[in-house]
Amino acid sequence: MKVIALHTPLGEEVLTLCAGDRVTLSGLVYTARDEAHLMMEERGIPFDPRGAAIYHCGPIIINGKVVAAGPTTSARMNNLSGPLLDHGVRALIGKGGMGLTVREQLRGRGVYLAFTGGCAALAASRMKHQGVFYEELGMAEAVWVLEFDKLPLVVGIDSMGNDIFHDVSCKAKLQFESLFK
Amino acid sequence: MNTREIDQALYSNIVRATNDAIRQAQIFLPPDVKSAIVKAMERETSPVAKGELRNILDNLSRAEELGLPICQDTGVPVVYLTIPSSVPYCNALLDAIREGIRKATSDVPLRPNVVDPISRENTHDNTGAGIPSIDVTPGSQLTITVLPKGAGAENMSRIAMLLPSEKACIPEFVAETMLIAGGRPCPPVILGVGIGGNFDQVASLAKEALLLPVDTMDPFEQELCDTVNKLGIGPMGLGGDTTALAVKVKRASCHTASLPVAVNVQCWASRRATVVVPL
Repeated sequence: MKVIALHTPLGEEVLTLCAGDRVTLSGLVYTARDEAHLMMEERGIPFDPRGAAIYHCGPIIINGKVVAAGPTTSARMNNLSGPLLDHGVRALIGKGGMGLTVREQLRGRGVYLAFTGGCAALAASRMKHQGVFYEELGMAEAVWVLEFDKLPLVVGIDSMGNDIFHDVSCKAKLQFESLFK
Repeated sequence: MNTREIDQALYSNIVRATNDAIRQAQIFLPPDVKSAIVKAMERETSPVAKGELRNILDNLSRAEELGLPICQDTGVPVVYLTIPSSVPYCNALLDAIREGIRKATSDVPLRPNVVDPISRENTHDNTGAGIPSIDVTPGSQLTITVLPKGAGAENMSRIAMLLPSEKACIPEFVAETMLIAGGRPCPPVILGVGIGGNFDQVASLAKEALLLPVDTMDPFEQELCDTVNKLGIGPMGLGGDTTALAVKVKRASCHTASLPVAVNVQCWASRRATVVVPL
């Protein structure tokens, strides 16, 4: 299976990606969880959002070293991601997929990339700490600037409205009904 | 500490053992769990699912090489103690465990995850009011078992007070729990299932079931596991043959009018370790 190499800042190349494609991502990426999204709405986005990738992650960073940095559950950011995409963000990275709202917000604009949940050590070995914004939110909730080196990801939701998580969940529902109803 | 309760050497040994158990659990996945993931990868027919399982195995190697936690959600510590009759069950013993957790938080290091439930103020040391939960049973040795429990999977756990006539609904409740959870608890999961007891006991049974080795399943556990895997949720909810690595069941007697069932969902990072404290 071919692996597509991506580099931030991202451009229109993300629009050609299809759900299920395997990619690697390199370049600067910004972490943001619930509190960071709220803070950015209130006080502004502290980096250039155009072509940026947002990583749903609450890392452990000690003395400027990334100790662990796996993805957190993206669905918590379902109602918080619109403003970032409106400002030009091209990729959301996390685990577990996102809701219908985000699927529609990504249409014609960007993609959702899935990273294997819990793979904190693999992530740490492919990331360098390059800075931090809103550190007062605490280690897990701050906006960390991380430089990715070929992180292996899967396109979970593409810019044409295809969503692997949604398809899998529809099939699981049908299967459940055939087993128990 | 209260030196009248246990001597300084034992107190220090308990602190050290707690720290060691947490470090071991956070960095090295138990061999039975690792082997279940290897077998799942070999069996997988979906290329995306195979890739996810390969990432997980790659991650386990990196964690071991770098001496880093497997997952950044280092969880909240759940502690199980066995205490021989020669060791008094006392406050100093519990204090030593709490100190071991605080030490592990800076030594391993762990992410400070413990907060006040309403103000959300972080204690910064992974202890707090009622945390850790410490389960105590009599034993021949003083052992400390830790089960660091992450929130992604814990949040998907469910409990049902079924009617005694609904025994046949247990597989449906277990599968429905996974259907609702989807990719959110980081599948492939291990499901700890409690059956019987009271409302509170059944949840504890479900959690204790996660301490059981996953390399064997009895026919009922295997049936539950096969049912869950038929959902096709797959690793990380991206589809595939492996939704659950194993289902483990623990039972207790219950009221004739009750059938409590609980499912404690555990992500693939099923971390647990036991250290014997020298006496």
